Formats: sequence, C-alpha cells, structure tokens
Amino acid sequence: MRNAFCSALVALSAQKPFIFFTGDLGFMALEPLQHAMGERFINAGVAEQNMVSVAAGAASNGTQCWAYSIAPFIYARPFEQIRNDVCLHDFDVKLVGNGGGYGYGVMGATHHAIEDYGVLCGLQNMSVYVPAFALDVAPIVARMAADPHPAYLRLGRCEKPKDLALPEYAPWRLILTGQTGVLIAIGPGAGGLLQQLAPLAEAERPEVWVVTELPLRAEKIPLPCLDRIRATGTLFVLEEHVAHGSAGQMLAYILLREGIHPPRFSHFHAHGYRSGRYGSQVFHRAENGLDPASVLAAIRGSAFA
Amino acid sequence: MRSNCSPAGRARARLLQMHYDAKVGHIGGNLSALDAMLHLHGQIMGDDDVFVLSKGHAAGALYITLWAAGLISDDELGSFHQDGTRLAGHPIAHWHPRIRFATGSLGHGLGLASGVALAKQLSGDPGTVYCLLSDGECEEGSTWEALIFARHRKLANLVILVDANGLQGFGSTDEVASLEPLAPKFRGFGFNVAEIDGHSPAALDAALARRDSQPLVILLRTAKGRGVSFMEGKMEWHYLPLTQEQYQLALHEQEQS
Repeated sequence: MRNAFCSALVALSAQKPFIFFTGDLGFMALEPLQHAMGERFINAGVAEQNMVSVAAGAASNGTQCWAYSIAPFIYARPFEQIRNDVCLHDFDVKLVGNGGGYGYGVMGATHHAIEDYGVLCGLQNMSVYVPAFALDVAPIVARMAADPHPAYLRLGRCEKPKDLALPEYAPWRLILTGQTGVLIAIGPGAGGLLQQLAPLAEAERPEVWVVTELPLRAEKIPLPCLDRIRATGTLFVLEEHVAHGSAGQMLAYILLREGIHPPRFSHFHAHGYRSGRYGSQVFHRAENGLDPASVLAAIRGSAFA
Repeated sequence: MRSNCSPAGRARARLLQMHYDAKVGHIGGNLSALDAMLHLHGQIMGDDDVFVLSKGHAAGALYITLWAAGLISDDELGSFHQDGTRLAGHPIAHWHPRIRFATGSLGHGLGLASGVALAKQLSGDPGTVYCLLSDGECEEGSTWEALIFARHRKLANLVILVDANGLQGFGSTDEVASLEPLAPKFRGFGFNVAEIDGHSPAALDAALARRDSQPLVILLRTAKGRGVSFMEGKMEWHYLPLTQEQYQLALHEQEQS
C-alpha cells in the first residue's frame, strides 16, 4: 500500500499545495514524492513529537500537512501533540502510519500498532482510515485531502485475492454474499479470509462487509447490513486491533442503541503477545486467531453450534 | 491607581486585580514575562506577526498584554477563570486573533511556532513568529527537538524568547535540572543568542536588532514576581493566590512605580 500511497500523494501534489513531513522514513518508497514536492517534502528527522507540532503550526497558516512514519511512531510517540496541537485546534493535519497491526512482524512489539485507532478515535475531530486493499488508497487519500480536519491513515500490506473484483470504493462495501451471518472486516486481513470464503457455497459462508472508515457512526452503516445482522442473528467482526477501543466494540455499542441484539457475536481481535514469542505478521495473526484458517474454523463452528 | 503610574505599573496592577478577583495563582511567572510581552505586543508586533505563548501558565500576562493593547475589553478580563469564560487558566484557541494556539502543556509551543515560521518561509509570507518559553520548559525533550528543527531549517523569521526567571514548579532551575548556562547551549546549536535584562524594553529592542539569517534566541533574565517586592524571586508565587492584605500592599507598590 505504501507505493499506492506515494502515487496518490504525487497525484495530489499536482492538484493542491501541501507540505509533506516524514520522520526520516520512506527510503526506497517515497523518493517519487520527494522528487515531485521539492522543498515541500521535509524530512523532519527522528523527532516525531516536533514533526506533529510543526505540522500543526504550518496547518494553522492554512496549509494542509501530511506527516508520515511507522505507525507506532506517528500515533503513540507524539500522542499529546496529536491531542493538543492537532485535534484540539481541528487543524488540517493528516497522520500516516505504515504497518498497522502486526505489520512489522518480527521487528518486534515496539513496531506494532494494535491499539492505534482505538486511541485516536477518542480524540476531538479525528477520523481514521484503514484501507483494506491497495486500490482503496487513492480514493481514501482523495477523501482525506478534501476534508480539512485531522485524520489518520493506517497502511498495511495488500492481500487482495487476485481474482476478487472490488466494488467501487465506499466506507462500507459488501464484498461477498452469504447466508450464515454477517462478517465485518477492518483492514487488509480481510483479503486472506475472502480467499477462503469465496469458493464456499453461500449457504456455508457469511456475507462479508469491508469497513474502512472509523469511528463507526450509526447513520453511516448501510441499512441492508443492519437488516442482515437482524435477520441472521449472527455477527462476526475481524480486525487486527485489541478489543478495547476496537471497531467491534464501537459496533456493539451502536447495535445496542439501535435495538439490534444478535444472539451470536464473535469478535476476532488482537490480544497482544500471549506466548512471549515473536515472528512474522502471519505468526502473530495465527497466535491471535486472526489467520484465515482460524477464523474460518470459528465461523463454521458457530454456524453448526 | 494613580494616573501617572507607568504603563507597566498599570498593567501589573490590572494583572494583580484580575488574579485577586479570581482568587488564583500563577502570578509569579506572569509577572516575570509581562514586561517583554507588553513591549512585543505594544511596540513591536504588526499584523503579519504571530505570538506563541509556549509557557501557557502565563496566560494572565497575555490577557493583560492584549488588554493594554486595546485588544481585550476590561469586561472580558472580569471573566478570568470564571465559568463560561474565554480567559481560561491556560490559553484556549479559536476566539482571539492574537491567540492562535491553546497551550499549557509545556514543550509544545516552539514546535508550533516553528511550523508557522516554516509555512511562512515556504510561501514567502511576511512576518515574524515570536515564541515565549519558560526556562523550566527547556527540560522538555520536545523543546530540543524543535530547536534542532528550527536551526536546521534556518527559520530566520523565528524569534525564541526564554523567560529565564530561575524558578520552576518545585525548586530553582539549578536545583531541579542544572541546565544553566543556557546561552552556550543555544550557541552550540548555531543560534544567534542575546542574553538581556528581560524587564528592559530598550534591551529587547537592541537584541531584536541583532537578527540575522539564523533564528534568534533571546534569554530574558527576569525575576519571578517582578514588581511586587514580597514576590520577587520566591517560588511559592508560582502557585499562591493573594490575600486581601497582600493585594493592597502589591497595589500600593504599583502606585509608586
């Protein structure tokens, strides 16, 4: 997705002036953007707190600012700068974190971002975007650029099955029809699961919605999705994020308020580091029951329970 | 208040009244910064300039400064610290053109100011960005991140003022963090540095005349509680509100100024 992001910003730079900051990251990825933006591409150094404050200050002058780093270094390290300098002022600052969830794998826990959007969604004026596929990145960047408020973009690795045809981008998209319930997936982890579910008969799989924009808002949830949750009484949520502050919790809250009480609710989410062992993103997904095989087994178990 | 009292004395008296009426503290650090802020806003800054109060606990001095410049009404000052006020204990944003940022958590202002200066530099906009820090605030790591950035980017449109009153929240700056001498540290980064009497408008004018192609740092050597004899150099006036007796004594001293 990082290349898609770079291409989208190169295209954006031809349409409107903005300042791009990187926290000394982007080698062999962001050079085209650096070339396109010239002096407005700024390596702010290994100083993320300052990078976010500077972006807020520059945005106060009426210039949109984008600030990029590895996900934990753009949302956790400068958290107070995001809260005070960006969000309290409602400045047009876009934060971009590469490697959401367990994306940086064996690089270790310091490089993971498994509580990022839960933390950020509590801040004033903040919106979060979690593209599921590389093709989502360009329309998301366009939406972020057009909305003069704080936002966070969580990038991952595209896992779209090769033959999967995607509908046009929307914050809520029905990707796969099915009859055994409703599965709502946030982020790229949807890709591997879709690969497993697609060959199954509709009677053996849930319908799959991919959600890319947070926090969830009741009025944004498509009525057909709510109707299917009501009708099937079975809801699954898949996301590479801890339960606290997760999309699953947001959705459960909304459903309670809407008077929708699916009797079967399974939430596939990150737990952290149960074994104390580290490995690839695939390793951590498996340890947390987020890999396609584990999720598929749980869905089938639920269907026959 | 006598009409022939100095402008600084009138401002101090109004600041004391505002804090006395609200029964709140932070008076010492307001008084150390007040003289420089009055001169900046009253005599130096123009429409293109931006002031960032990084030491947000000196909000009272900022409100009084804007009042002295005719930019905040006396009625508005009366709401200081009251329910429904816009004059909170630390500045809030989005209501006054001279208060661009909500500050109060230390270590944020210099990064914000650098961002404004950078945006001006890139777009060729005129104006100077003035950022007032406290000396205790120089213990914040983010302040040094901002200093590295400002120097590296050669933000010549940035003036950094440090209210070096030598006292912080729970001791003197020497007792707490031994950051002094500050001037060689700033010079070591490559800044143009002036160290002056922070209560002297003439010294501030002279320091500002030294601006060159680098950001200018002005170390304002100040006294916490400046202008009130029983407050000067006393750490407790970081916190304490005034009793009626103290208030009367402090006002009397302004009448003699």
